[in-house]
Amino acid sequence: MALSFYVHIPYCIKRCGYCDFNTYTPNELQVGATLEIVSNDYIDAVLKELDAAPRDVVPTIFFGGGTPSLLPADDLGRFIAAIKARNGLTPDCEITLEANPDSVTSEKLSRYIAGGFNRISFGMQSAKPHVLAVLDRTHNPENVKRAVDMARAAGFASISVDLIYGTPGESLDDWRETVTTALSLDIDHISAYALIVESGTKLAAQIKRGELTMPDDDLMADMYLLVDQLCQIRGFSWYELSNWSKPEHECRHNIAYWENRDWWGLGPGAHSHIGGKRFWNIKHPTAYKQKLFAAETPIAESEVLTPEQIATESIMLGIRMREGLDMTKLSKTQIERLANFGENGFIEITDNRVVLTPTGRLIADRIVREITF
Amino acid sequence: MPAISLAKAPQPASTDPAQIRNFCIIAHIDHGKSTLADRMLGITEVVDPRNMRAQYLDRMDIERERGITIKSQAVRLPWRSGIDGNEYILNMIDTPGHVDFTYEVSRSLAACEGAVLLVDCAQGIEAQTLANLYLAMENNLTIIPVLNKIDLPNAQPEKFAAELAKLIGCEPEDCLRVSGKTGDGVKELLDQIVKQIPAPKGDPDAPARALIFDSVYDSYRGVVTYVRVIDGHLTPGEQIQMYSTGVRHEALEVGVISPEPVASKGLGVGEVGYLITGVKDVRQSRVGDTITTYNNPTKHALAGYKDPKPMVFSGLFPLDGADFPALREALDKLQLNDAALVYEPESSAALGFGFRCGFLGLLHMEIVRERLEREHKLNLISTAPNVVYNVTMDDGKEVRVTNPSEFPNGKVAVVKEPIVKSTILAPSEFIGTIMELCQERRGMLLGMDYISEDRVEIRYDLPLAEIVFDFFDQLKSRTKGYASLDYEEKGDAEGNLVKVDILLQGEAVDAFSAIVHRDKAYAYGVMMTGKLRQLIPRQQFDVPIQAAIGSRIIARESISAIRKDVLAKCYGGDISRKRKLLEKQKEGKKRMKMVGRVEVPQEAFVAALATDADIEKVKAARKL
Repeated sequence: MALSFYVHIPYCIKRCGYCDFNTYTPNELQVGATLEIVSNDYIDAVLKELDAAPRDVVPTIFFGGGTPSLLPADDLGRFIAAIKARNGLTPDCEITLEANPDSVTSEKLSRYIAGGFNRISFGMQSAKPHVLAVLDRTHNPENVKRAVDMARAAGFASISVDLIYGTPGESLDDWRETVTTALSLDIDHISAYALIVESGTKLAAQIKRGELTMPDDDLMADMYLLVDQLCQIRGFSWYELSNWSKPEHECRHNIAYWENRDWWGLGPGAHSHIGGKRFWNIKHPTAYKQKLFAAETPIAESEVLTPEQIATESIMLGIRMREGLDMTKLSKTQIERLANFGENGFIEITDNRVVLTPTGRLIADRIVREITF
Repeated sequence: MPAISLAKAPQPASTDPAQIRNFCIIAHIDHGKSTLADRMLGITEVVDPRNMRAQYLDRMDIERERGITIKSQAVRLPWRSGIDGNEYILNMIDTPGHVDFTYEVSRSLAACEGAVLLVDCAQGIEAQTLANLYLAMENNLTIIPVLNKIDLPNAQPEKFAAELAKLIGCEPEDCLRVSGKTGDGVKELLDQIVKQIPAPKGDPDAPARALIFDSVYDSYRGVVTYVRVIDGHLTPGEQIQMYSTGVRHEALEVGVISPEPVASKGLGVGEVGYLITGVKDVRQSRVGDTITTYNNPTKHALAGYKDPKPMVFSGLFPLDGADFPALREALDKLQLNDAALVYEPESSAALGFGFRCGFLGLLHMEIVRERLEREHKLNLISTAPNVVYNVTMDDGKEVRVTNPSEFPNGKVAVVKEPIVKSTILAPSEFIGTIMELCQERRGMLLGMDYISEDRVEIRYDLPLAEIVFDFFDQLKSRTKGYASLDYEEKGDAEGNLVKVDILLQGEAVDAFSAIVHRDKAYAYGVMMTGKLRQLIPRQQFDVPIQAAIGSRIIARESISAIRKDVLAKCYGGDISRKRKLLEKQKEGKKRMKMVGRVEVPQEAFVAALATDADIEKVKAARKL
């Protein structure tokens, strides 16, 4: 068996208005503290958590956040070395770093390569300053090209950018420009996500107060179809609902999630899935560290999936992928219910597999409800 | 000490009518009737101070919360007059206070010789109080005008004394001034009741005649019937007979309320009390009916008996179809205590199985629905209330329509609808606004009078259907809450009425059909199709929504097919969350009703049919 690792870095210099991730600014954790103060023993805590994980060989590691690129490259390298020593890495092990285009330098990038990283994903979000302003992103859009070029020069084998569409005030033309700009970069992979207004965020409050208005679903749908079309033209094919890549550049770490493989999430609030059991850690970094330094488990809750839940999850995840669902694993009723979607051009069936068309991908959740209820 | 202990007071069945005073209190909601009644219970010492609680006589939660009385009470209060020093028995009959219960009020008034007209001297008289005052005057009751809440800083006793004096034809200084809250003036009021209200008259030797002015179902004792003896007497153990039905029962127990029930040796002329026969259904003991004895029955019923007649109909459907038997059971139970409630099973293509229920009016409808939801834990959808229409076809056939979906499709010659005579009281600055509203609602002005310098009484004939359709809410909001409304039936009139159907994907949704004036059909169609477009989620296909009169489409909207129904992100921690959301949505899907191929959430039915107040309720429930 193989075991993928996710490492959560719960720090950001500033919280973006739309973000509800489990991340904290140094000041939120300790008034007046710097990042160094709040994070200096963080990798030590995570290394302690690692002790509890199985020792299977590791095909992928993903450092997400928060802003992993805020931590010293050597700390992250130290961690990769520990996993390598303990579990062993597969020869083609994919090791990804999520990075803010503003917080990287050539020198830092070289040190990430030296530490073992071979894939980097930049949070580009948009090429339009007015869109970035609404999202509360601090970076200058021109920094993205610089960051991508530096990463390539430093030796990253796979480079990705994250994009967000459907930001209040973003037009279809704005989005076209963002996608075109992204595709003009020296990248191998694009993730594009529709903006979700999460309750409790600054964005949600701005919308509630009427300061911002979310675009309607029709515009969102057009934006999705546009990115899909532009990616295809440039040789990036979709392999998961929100992900496109050049051949051989699919993110294998994320595929592990979608194929329900075993993976262990390290860090506060991180989720794990091992052999049909899901569990997750307490959310707050301080509490997380305290538990580990007191030699206690940081696991907050767990659930053992029933066969029915496992079946639901594999439909829910599988349908989002290029390979689609294996029809032989569906019941007669489920196949009957799918027929209707076929007539309306939402799905295609080839070689006993159900694959979503672009318009079908846009209503994937509805199709899942239809066949799992 | 004017109070007399119960044991020493004149006893039931042996009280001289000359010592009896029967009175009721006419007041509007919030004008302090219950507080004054509480104060009277305290001052006459029938309730021990330790056992006193607020709104002592309102038994149901719903009565306390809304400050309304649904069921009457009659309390026997012993009192020694501070004027002549003699002992008296005061029977206070608490009356329901709402337009829907005018008939019940009229029967309570018929049980009294006098009425205390209680008016909040910060607000002045309200339309329903005025209507009840006129009713009392028609019944030749002695009216004692009383201004309440004189302790309030914004009290205007002079202004409202003048208003009352003008209305009942007395001098402003004849108005008593009390504070139910502090007790000021309450003893004087009791003395004036003794002094001004005549003693009851009746023939003790004539065949018994007692007026039923309310009946209440008690799960332990069966129906408790409240009566006022006019002639003769009622004795426990005797065979009694209901005049209207001829049904005979044994009087198992006869007694008085003081303020808890106390069995007595009987009830004599002029006395007020209760009777228990062991029947289990208030419909066997009808308000307004005459009770006599089986062995020596009277030949002359008391005047004024009427069968309760439902004026407003609405369909009640359980949200969960499995609750249908529970709804039936709950209605059966409520009917034991509510002779005016009628219902019959109904099936709606959109809402499933339910009941078409008839009510005295909107408040009655709300109370029934609230009691079903609260006391019987049912979640209900109610269709928009409608009145009863009498439709005559071209071929002369007549159809009585209590449900818009029953409106005949053939050639209609005449449609008749109920008309009410309404009275609106309001500050004169709102005359224009009120007339505008009444004109919009097809009203016909009957007249207008100033009841004081700056307050007017406006009288209109209005179709009841217009009142049922949010008239009261509109009246309140357009007059900043100052106007009050009362109305009474005034027969049927021909109206230019049509049925508007609402179609989803070409299929009529019975629950949304409405009978409206032809001039308003288009507005109704536009409103309803617009509302539904907002409420029905987008489907996999386009859904046309149309409003139609017969086969003619008068308004249309369209819900375009859904294009996006997916969450973009699905990584580590998202997976459990997404699966749980899916499981939750699965539950939600059970609450969808299928109309043809269209999935309509039940909330959409509720919101489309509901009033603004209902929508607030739904919103509040969602927040919990």
